[in-house]
Amino acid sequence: MAEASASTPVIGGGAGAPGTATPSLNSTRWIGFATIVIREYSRIVRIWGQTLVPSAVTAILYFVIFGSLIGRRVGQMGGFDYMQYIAPGLIMMSVITNSYGNSVSSFFGAKFGKHVEELLVSPLPNWIIVAGYATGGLVRGMMVGGVVTVVSLIFARLPVQHLGLIVAAVLLTSLIFSLGGFINAVFAKNFDQVNWIPAFVLTPLTYFGGVFYSVAMLPPWARALSHVNPILHMVNAFRYGFLGVSDVSIAGAFGIMVALVVALFVAALQLMNRGVGIRD
Amino acid sequence: MLALSIRGLTKTYRNGVQALRGVDLDVEQGDFFALLGPNGAGKTTLIGIITSLVNKTSGTASVFGYDLDAQLERAKSCIGVVPQELNFNQFETPLTIVINQAGFYGIPRPVARERAEKYLKQLQLWDKRNGMARGLSGGMKRRLMIARALMHEPRLLVLDEPTAGVDIEIRRSMWDFLNEINASGTTIILTTHYLEEAENLCRNIAIIDNGQIVERDRMSNLLRGLHTETFVLNLRDPIAAAPQIAGFAITRIDDHTLEAEVSKDQGLNGLFAQLAAQRLEVLSMRNKVNRLEEVFMRLVEHKSAHG
Repeated sequence: MAEASASTPVIGGGAGAPGTATPSLNSTRWIGFATIVIREYSRIVRIWGQTLVPSAVTAILYFVIFGSLIGRRVGQMGGFDYMQYIAPGLIMMSVITNSYGNSVSSFFGAKFGKHVEELLVSPLPNWIIVAGYATGGLVRGMMVGGVVTVVSLIFARLPVQHLGLIVAAVLLTSLIFSLGGFINAVFAKNFDQVNWIPAFVLTPLTYFGGVFYSVAMLPPWARALSHVNPILHMVNAFRYGFLGVSDVSIAGAFGIMVALVVALFVAALQLMNRGVGIRD
Repeated sequence: MLALSIRGLTKTYRNGVQALRGVDLDVEQGDFFALLGPNGAGKTTLIGIITSLVNKTSGTASVFGYDLDAQLERAKSCIGVVPQELNFNQFETPLTIVINQAGFYGIPRPVARERAEKYLKQLQLWDKRNGMARGLSGGMKRRLMIARALMHEPRLLVLDEPTAGVDIEIRRSMWDFLNEINASGTTIILTTHYLEEAENLCRNIAIIDNGQIVERDRMSNLLRGLHTETFVLNLRDPIAAAPQIAGFAITRIDDHTLEAEVSKDQGLNGLFAQLAAQRLEVLSMRNKVNRLEEVFMRLVEHKSAHG
């Protein structure tokens, strides 16, 4: 602290101080948003063993067991090798899990460690905070999705029929689950509550969401029930981009995805505005 | 101009606890202001509302004229806060923590890096900038929170128990630092349990108790209002009983120690003259309690007795 006494700090100018340049609200928001995303990216890379590697290992196991060993006996599905058929679904499954996992663990960790207060006392509006965390989940979803895509190319040839639809489907799906994870983190009061939704909701919905099979194989009542599952629409829209085959209407699938992004963003923003789980 | 203006602020928590019961408070720009009160008096709730960590129940507050309801982003840009509890990511480095905080206030990265070097050096944390924050000592963690709060160069710095658990040497050097940043124009609001700290640093003071401001005055006026002070006298030779000294209440504490209550209009010469006449030699003398502590206790006890 000797240096503290030696040199008088020139501060107190601050934002909006007379005679100093006041940062515009837009620039504050943009820099704040970028800072949240950079912080999330740094976290993902810092703990890469927890964030990037497990999905690659899981994907390899799925391809070896379901694709290579069991898949040979399954034969063709939707006019494609079983390995080709399940590859888009497995990529989407990793995107869903990781987008959700990033937001829920990062925001709950910030609540638990109290460093969420760094954001709450800052001038960033709530919609920027929500958008920042959602983008953080999106970044991890895309990084892991990229890794799993590379893994899948080792096992299967993946044609690309509609690149735009592939990109749109994966971005929207990732955003949906990032926002879902964020909302889970807002409500969660302990680590158990962080794991409930992934274990008891996401995993069953993903497995029944047409990752490993075509719903055309199911009896009519099960097929109808499957259409209520939004993951079925996401996986099929993504698969359609690669293979050109789908069990659902592509326009309907994108309608559902856009509606979910909007609904979840509004819900997350409302929770932040009310201070649920973060403000007394 | 007022750095902070609060009117009719109330806060009732969901469990029914009324933490604030209509607080009115003004803090002038450039002030070094003490907000004191016993545990549970409402200090942290008040600071929580100013820094938007706590939702108010009713009332208004503005920071440098920016209303917390209508111009929240502008108001928050003016405030830097050092909270009572550690609230940074212990798994990040001090450098990352302060640079990110600057980003949350819209400070571009190149500027943030320069300021990080400046404030981490001033708070003697530069050598620790790349280690995990959890590896810092308690005093370093407190200083890191001060450096973090200064990164956007706030006009109003709110310090909630900034020196809690910090050893006296570091505490005093932190006082020097806070005095310097106050001298450079930053308004400071300080809550502390070290009343000596408030007495040394602050020009104005408010005492809050049971959710209400029970005193608001200049520090000097408040201390001037004291009528008596109690001094502890250390004697060279042992004594068996307290000496009888006209005009002074004397209490024997032990063989070598007396306590003398001296009213403001008496002065100490008379006391020493009478002690000398009784051949009692005083080796040293000190105030029994900090003067502000005396005022504080009287105000809080008076309020409880009438509450």
